[in-house]
Amino acid sequence: MIALSDYLILAALLFSLSVAGIFLNRKNIIILLMCIELMLLAVNLNFIAFSHFLGDAAGQVFVFFILTVAAAEAAIGLAILVVLFRNLSTINVDDIDKLRG
Amino acid sequence: MEKILFYFFAAILIFAATMVITVRNPVRAALFLVLAFFTSAAIWLMLEAEFLAISLVLVYVGAVLVLFLFVVMMLDIDLAPLKEGFARYLPLGIIVAALIVIEMIAVVGVSNFGLDQVPAPTDDANADGNTRRLGLMLYTVYVYPFEIASVILTVAIVAAITLTLRPHNRKLQDPGEQVRVRREDRVRLVDMQSEPRAGREDDA
Repeated sequence: MIALSDYLILAALLFSLSVAGIFLNRKNIIILLMCIELMLLAVNLNFIAFSHFLGDAAGQVFVFFILTVAAAEAAIGLAILVVLFRNLSTINVDDIDKLRG
Repeated sequence: MEKILFYFFAAILIFAATMVITVRNPVRAALFLVLAFFTSAAIWLMLEAEFLAISLVLVYVGAVLVLFLFVVMMLDIDLAPLKEGFARYLPLGIIVAALIVIEMIAVVGVSNFGLDQVPAPTDDANADGNTRRLGLMLYTVYVYPFEIASVILTVAIVAAITLTLRPHNRKLQDPGEQVRVRREDRVRLVDMQSEPRAGREDDA
């Protein structure tokens, strides 16, 4: 039988891979957005594993809401990206310093 | 058999995630992301979350990742400067990732969440269907968050459309213009003689 810890360790590996991805691809906004999606996937895997092993459907309902919010976030993020590219002709994070932050 | 399947899917998932973060071309990264989402849908099926596994494939692979591919292909990106610093940040990334893995395994490892601590569920919680079970909760206990989720989706649609609409064909409202408007701009008073009513000869 597969233990709960196996699923949790798999999700931890996935999460840390996407954290590493944010470090490695810190110039490319598209890959950064993809890494955020991978992080959310790892968190969802945790929720579903706990929901299965504890016999409580609330975890799955929560995953449902996370999927909704993640889809909205991806849509708005990509829309901002398109506008940014239209104005600056680049998606390099280093060139995006209009706000002088 | 279940163990073999789990390790098979886990290996594909880790491989796909690694490719997403290391591959040079964003289109390929998006395609490996599709593979990662498909594989985790399979793992969710092993966890008896059938509804969410199917909706992951439909919503993510069908909509969000197609959106990613669409945007990646639409933008004409110069890839060379985007990969600068990959080798420079590689050691830091590996160290941070390894630290996170070690810390998490120390917390969620076999000693805390193994089969002895959390035994596998014996009764079938999805006896009358996973979708029915989720729907019963979603439309009773969680109906208010469910409504809020729909509002969030509407806001996302409106935001995405207003952001990306081109200015020249926009049916734009200028709030400043609307506030600044005076009565003279909208209402015109006309002086004119009263006309006799038609068809009433005796009055005239």
